[in-house]
Amino acid sequence: MIQTVPAVDIDHISKAFRRYKQKPTSLKARVTKRKLEAEEFRALDDISFRIQPGTAVGLIGPTGSGKTTLLKIIAGVLRPTAGTVTTHGRIAALLELGAGFHQELTGRENVYLNASILGLSKKDTDKVFDAIVDFAELDDFIDTQVKFYSSGMFVRLGFAVAVHVDPEVFLIDEVLAVGDEGFQQKCLRRVTQFKDEGRTIVFVTHVVDQVRQICSEAVMLKQGVMHAAGPADDVVREYRRLLLQKDVSYSMQKETGDVTIAGVTLLDDTGAASQRFDPGEALTVQVDLDPVTPVDDPVVSLTLHDQHNIYMYGWDTAESGVDLGRLGLPARVRFRLDALPYTSGKYWVTVAVTSRDKSVMHALEEQRHTFEVPPISANPPVAYIHTSVEVEEL
Amino acid sequence: MSDTSDRAIVRTSESPRLRPVSRVRDIWAFREILVNLVRKELKVKYTKSVLGAAWSMLNPLFYLAVFSFVMHVIGRPVPDFPIYLLSGVIAWSFFSGSLTLATRSIIDNTSLVKKVYFPKEILPLAAVGTSIVDFVLQYMVLIVYMLVTGYHFLGWNTLLFIPATVTMLIVTVAISFWVAAVNVTYRDVQHLLNLLLLAWFWLTPIVYPAALLQEKSNEVSIGGVSAFWFYFINPMGSVVMGFQRALYAVVAPIGADGQPQQVLADLTLGQLWLILTVVGVAGLGLLWFCWRTFFRLSGDFAEEL
Repeated sequence: MIQTVPAVDIDHISKAFRRYKQKPTSLKARVTKRKLEAEEFRALDDISFRIQPGTAVGLIGPTGSGKTTLLKIIAGVLRPTAGTVTTHGRIAALLELGAGFHQELTGRENVYLNASILGLSKKDTDKVFDAIVDFAELDDFIDTQVKFYSSGMFVRLGFAVAVHVDPEVFLIDEVLAVGDEGFQQKCLRRVTQFKDEGRTIVFVTHVVDQVRQICSEAVMLKQGVMHAAGPADDVVREYRRLLLQKDVSYSMQKETGDVTIAGVTLLDDTGAASQRFDPGEALTVQVDLDPVTPVDDPVVSLTLHDQHNIYMYGWDTAESGVDLGRLGLPARVRFRLDALPYTSGKYWVTVAVTSRDKSVMHALEEQRHTFEVPPISANPPVAYIHTSVEVEEL
Repeated sequence: MSDTSDRAIVRTSESPRLRPVSRVRDIWAFREILVNLVRKELKVKYTKSVLGAAWSMLNPLFYLAVFSFVMHVIGRPVPDFPIYLLSGVIAWSFFSGSLTLATRSIIDNTSLVKKVYFPKEILPLAAVGTSIVDFVLQYMVLIVYMLVTGYHFLGWNTLLFIPATVTMLIVTVAISFWVAAVNVTYRDVQHLLNLLLLAWFWLTPIVYPAALLQEKSNEVSIGGVSAFWFYFINPMGSVVMGFQRALYAVVAPIGADGQPQQVLADLTLGQLWLILTVVGVAGLGLLWFCWRTFFRLSGDFAEEL
């Protein structure tokens, strides 16, 4: 029976906020400015989807797309303007780490306070208390007032409490992007463990790579409207595509399709296809073009993004002064990057064929191809710089 | 709380109707927050002060010093004035303290309201809960003092403590809900409340003898009934009179001139029980009204803040 009842059923949810220029908080202001300066702002518009128990769903979208609003409605913090949300099972919403932590109380007291706010009884908190302290790595500071904590310690304690609440539905808002990297990894592992235990997870983040890592499904919002939903990989790709249009000045219109990108291959120095490149190694991106109808003066461009979807590099044929002229027959373009400056991480390759002024998009193959750079050392530097050393006897 | 786990929670755009029984169950499920919030309030209130919890005793003593002085200046002192004043003023402090804390309870916990789901009634209830601790401590000290000094008050009248406390709690919780909710949208409430409480304090026979109030109001009749009976529209009037009868006990003690002096209102124990019961039931009506207002507005707290 559990299988047939969705853990979260979002049914035609809309949310409108009234936006005041200056919110009147006194009676006088309310009376005198009654209808003034309130404009309606639609944060969510007719959102519907279901989350089956045990699924991890990523909610992604650009800033201001309504992700957090939707999460707050699922959590019950906000009331929808229209529609219904039905949830089954205990919900723990991690909208802010350490919400309700009180500065004057010690870590220990705050653990109990925070756990009760998240719905854990004192008895249950007693049982997991040691695990919480252990997870937060705060043994020495647990009886110190939290006002003396560093922001990192604060956040660690907040997360440690939240993950020990034992929820059936876990709502996470952007909170995994905090703390030092080691702790982030620990949090991610814990969330992954939650997923493996068959709990339902709704996960809001900007780091779409985490969505791919944790979630099997994803929903993308854009300006309050459901833009895409489905397998995480597809939705993340669509999201990257959308962001890409901002990074490089591609036109917003869809590809015209008069050129097809027949193939993209990543080649190493020996000419063999590869997906692994060492720092300083040469990378050749080979693009095969197949024009459907002859195209005048196209420009082929190459873009690289890292796993945080940060725009790392871009180049195009025009910048190299290469003129493709009138492209009527299949052609092969090779971009040779002489020495990769990256020292670790995963990179996504985007290839586009546009008109010279980039107003027309002939073909686009966004982030279908990736390559990985193995870490140069345990503590990789930001960039690899080819260095030669000479010793001269004087 | 595994008992709530199989229950489907449905949230819609309509403001849900208040169903007191199931709502009380919801609040009960979150009772640990209530306890922890009260504990937090007390801790924060007292750990940073040198005298700590002693402050909860010093407040009524301060009242006592000031009003003893005033009564002496006015003349006609009430016999055993400390006991008379404290038996009423402690209940009043609970009432006014609760309302003052409750008014700010939602806006002072903005981060909780905006980020965590829980029944928001918890916040004004925690304000009332914090004041209860002072209330209990203060009455305990007063009673111990009375026992030590050998003041005779134990008797059937002492049982009035029960209806007086119950009625007081009902009225306090009701008004706390209302001020907490309305103050989110109209911050005027917190300013108005201070003025209102000042007037209300003097409209209630705490400093001056209740008998004086009865005497003056008996001179006026409304539709053939003494205006004194209409006085009980002030719910705190009946509550304070209940506590005074329970502790001060003597209606007409022997004054300084050797003559009996009417201090408490001339009411039988039965009449006081009846008044407190009627006011308590009316208080339940008030609670229903205020709670419904709170419940209706609480859905929008996260947005209004």
